[in-house]
Amino acid sequence: MTNVSRGFRGRQQATREDTRVPPGQYVTTEFPVLSAGPTPRTPLSQWDFTVEAEGEREPLVRWSWDEFRALPSEAITRDIHCVTRWSKLDTRWRGVSLDTLLDAAGVELPFLVAHCDGGYTTNLPWEDVTGGRAWIVYDYEGQPLAPEHGGPARLLVPHLYFWKSAKWVRGLRLASQDDPGFWEVLGYHNHGDPFKEQRYDGD
Amino acid sequence: MTVIEAPQQRSAWLSAQPVALIRENARTRSITLQVPGWPGHRPGQHLDLRLTAEDGYQAARSYSIASVARGDLITITVERVENGEVSPYLVDELQVGDRLDVRGPIGGHFVWTAEQGGPVLLVAGGSGVVPLMSMVRHRFEIGSDIPITLLYSLRAPQDLIYGAELAQRHAAADGLQVLLTYTREVPAQWRGYRRRIDRAMLAEAMGPAGPEGHAFVCGSAPFVEAVAEPLIQLGYPVERVKTERFGPSGERT
Repeated sequence: MTNVSRGFRGRQQATREDTRVPPGQYVTTEFPVLSAGPTPRTPLSQWDFTVEAEGEREPLVRWSWDEFRALPSEAITRDIHCVTRWSKLDTRWRGVSLDTLLDAAGVELPFLVAHCDGGYTTNLPWEDVTGGRAWIVYDYEGQPLAPEHGGPARLLVPHLYFWKSAKWVRGLRLASQDDPGFWEVLGYHNHGDPFKEQRYDGD
Repeated sequence: MTVIEAPQQRSAWLSAQPVALIRENARTRSITLQVPGWPGHRPGQHLDLRLTAEDGYQAARSYSIASVARGDLITITVERVENGEVSPYLVDELQVGDRLDVRGPIGGHFVWTAEQGGPVLLVAGGSGVVPLMSMVRHRFEIGSDIPITLLYSLRAPQDLIYGAELAQRHAAADGLQVLLTYTREVPAQWRGYRRRIDRAMLAEAMGPAGPEGHAFVCGSAPFVEAVAEPLIQLGYPVERVKTERFGPSGERT
């Protein structure tokens, strides 16, 4: 059911033809901030990053901030797409590929949950975060990532809606079963592919 | 963090028709929509609104719901974003009897119902008052006596929305307290706050109850940062401070 809205024309002619921009999105040059709670501020001296697996009492690997920054990093330029309908093109980041982190952990399981300072979680299938598709990033446009954008480090999974790119990320937990995260439990889509417009549960 | 409710089922686009339009201020208007099949919503939730042009082009945005659930009538309040694609149409062109599409409700985190208890501290920056108004209206709708304080920051008197309703509900003195602060320009004979919200003002708004109950903060991203941080310092546990940020181009009302 679609209603034509009398007198509405729309203005983003360029967006209509640009196949880079997923359906229902508009391009912005701003970087809006959307978070469910206050911005956590963990001192770098207390920051660490772990990869855990179900059935393991201890983390498989753990890096301090300095150790994490010493891992091989790469420059990443990607478009990002927020479920609140803004897209931002050619954003530039630096960080560590999840391939590197998961190789170091040495365990492969079909699902994982990213967990964060502030209690936020998001779930991802293994295949969406491996093969050069996901990173833990700490620089944005050549500067250290600002706290309101997820600094000191956030997940970057640019091919999925941006709520999957969890801010203030502190670790990954590998599991054999899928365990929906914070927004996924609250009615947002479990997978979140912007080109399929997987915004909400059932899309 | 607390999960409030099971996931909602797939929501389809529903046909919506404006039945009442209220000018709140020069940039803002409230639009009451009749939406047959609306499944209801909880205070603080939002909806997606979609416009379709004659040539089939569509644009959709999210807007906070300002009203309580009342049958198939819902009210949103929209502020015009200059050079925006959707909000200027909604604020200046839409007429009673026009047609558009909505889906929802969306969002289950920034939500307060009386079952969650209180007291409740609501902190609004500008049009961030919209989802908080839904919480205020819910309290009255069900006759709850849970104390609510609304601390509402405005740049100037002409930015005020819901002014008459808030004044009336505050004057009833039955547990809703409304505190306004003006940051640039104050009304004539103003005796209230005239500065940006700070820790001292939040402490006064909390009152003797202290950091009990729930806090909801809604406004621009810098506003939310400037309020959430002192709330934590004043003793609110992080999980009881819920925030909603309007990005500069987010068009979230």
